[in-house]
Amino acid sequence: MTITRRKHRINKAKIRKLMVGNGEREGLLMRIVTYILLIAISFVFLYPILKMLSRSLMGPYDSANPLVDWIPTSLYLSNFSRAYQVLGGYKTILVSIGVMLLIAVVETLSSAVIAYGFAKFEFRGRMILFVLMLSTFLIPSQITFLPNYVMFNKYGMLQSIFPILIPSIFGQGIRQALFILIFYQFYRMSPPSLDEAASIDGAGPLKIFWKINFCMATPALVVVLIFAFVWNWNETNLTSSYFGNEITTLPVALDNFVTRYSMLFPSNNQGTNVSNLETQLSEGIQMAGTLISILPLMLLYVLVERKLVESIDRSGITGE
Amino acid sequence: MKWSTKKKLIGFAFVLPWIVGFLLFTLYPLIETIRYSFSDVRVQVGGVRMTGVGLDNYVQVLMGDTAFLTDLPGYLEQILLYVPMTLVFSIILSLLLNRAFAGKKLFRALFFLPVVLMSGPLIANIQSLDADTLSGVKTFFLYQLIDRSFPEFLAVPLLYIFDNIIMILWYCGVQILIFLAGLQKVDSSVYEAARVDGASRWQQFWKITLPTLRPFILINGIYAIVDISNSSTNSITAMIKESMFQTTKGYGFAAAASYLYFLVMLLILLLAVLLLGRGMLERRPKPEKRPKPKRRAKAKRAAKSQA
Repeated sequence: MTITRRKHRINKAKIRKLMVGNGEREGLLMRIVTYILLIAISFVFLYPILKMLSRSLMGPYDSANPLVDWIPTSLYLSNFSRAYQVLGGYKTILVSIGVMLLIAVVETLSSAVIAYGFAKFEFRGRMILFVLMLSTFLIPSQITFLPNYVMFNKYGMLQSIFPILIPSIFGQGIRQALFILIFYQFYRMSPPSLDEAASIDGAGPLKIFWKINFCMATPALVVVLIFAFVWNWNETNLTSSYFGNEITTLPVALDNFVTRYSMLFPSNNQGTNVSNLETQLSEGIQMAGTLISILPLMLLYVLVERKLVESIDRSGITGE
Repeated sequence: MKWSTKKKLIGFAFVLPWIVGFLLFTLYPLIETIRYSFSDVRVQVGGVRMTGVGLDNYVQVLMGDTAFLTDLPGYLEQILLYVPMTLVFSIILSLLLNRAFAGKKLFRALFFLPVVLMSGPLIANIQSLDADTLSGVKTFFLYQLIDRSFPEFLAVPLLYIFDNIIMILWYCGVQILIFLAGLQKVDSSVYEAARVDGASRWQQFWKITLPTLRPFILINGIYAIVDISNSSTNSITAMIKESMFQTTKGYGFAAAASYLYFLVMLLILLLAVLLLGRGMLERRPKPEKRPKPKRRAKAKRAAKSQA
């Protein structure tokens, strides 16, 4: 009798340990709770995109029907082909990728150069300049936009990529203070003895920068390149004003989706007869356009995510 | 040339592009915008013509036009609720992610996705679809409870958080990564020691984890404020951009408005630094002063010549 009771007690303790866990190991219950929490949060994160996806497959009747919530009664894949046309097709996609890649590469290179000067050399006013550099992160772009716009207009550079590219060469691109900081932190981590050894072996300062510091800074390079690409891609206020009608990037095309649509598919807005509903811009088409415009970023993210996170860990963004 | 001077010059040369760019594309525009804000600005073929109007533009922004003052409370409310909530949620999420479990990488990738996707047009489309609020949230039991039985000063912000939960989480991405990096800095032996001394998980969080994260909380707070203030979904930013090309308002009005907005933002930042960075500056040990090599060399040479 006593033996069975003892056994029972042991089992109870074991179960308790298994479910709730002790100080060192997490119990099963804790794990289940964690997973439920994470999945619930993931759903909240993905909710807008899922909603867009479901709406993009709906025709005009489903969008208007309050009884249809998530699942369309019939799939409207034509939404996507129409939205693709409105956004300007592969031409817009290729132009956006090309332009943004160029800007991102330039921004990365200039950040690497500038950060090197800040990180590895002592000169008068270095600290003041560095603090000044960091504080430019706070300046909202609309404050500097007007005079820059006037200036680029004076030199006839509007409607081209130069108003974004030239400031990037000189370290004044979108959020570039952050990129310089990332490189700065990385250079500070690398041992100065390497540079000294190279310098003793007769390498000039440019060679030391390029062959040793720049080539070793791959993690910082990856992080900055991806962020520069993504943030320039998503910036529409500056790009739409500077590029004008000459260069249309995908997000800007999305911003002007309604006007672009009515130019491509002109329709008489009289009455709401059936044929009109078919040609009118529906919510489904608009959402299909939104999804197409974020698709390149999604693909990029899926391809580089692992590398990105790994690089962020290794680049020591958060300091020593 | 001496090596140390040469080295200084080389360092300066690397930074030089930034200095040139700063003067041309940041400092000059900043000053020019101040001049705009005190003038009536007309854009002509040959350039810009300015006639001084004193404080008229500022008066116009604050009193003549209602857009700025009506948008301001919404912006302040957004900052006041978004910034603390992104900090809280990103700490919770980074704590959840900072443990070994299957699928950790997937969740981390998911939580970071909005940073990559977030753009003005995307948010605008999400809002037009009403997909920035969970559709069922208003019928949720807790929501109803708060709505009915909580006092108003508590219910309003709480319901605001419920309504904006998606966007609040979408602003968390960068902060989660920074907190994760911060959490990895805590030595696991500290936790072991605390456990041996009988500290509960709850106590460990408040006494070990949170103090370690404090500098990161400050950084993330500043980042969140700047991120939200400069996002193109912001109604004041949109108003400023619109007014630039309106004939009735024009550049002068936009310049004055953007400076006032910048001022508000700086005040918020100052407040955040005072709140989140309290007591942090004093605690940091002072860096050791190294003797300057240049002077030592000089002294040596002087000693040599004397001898």
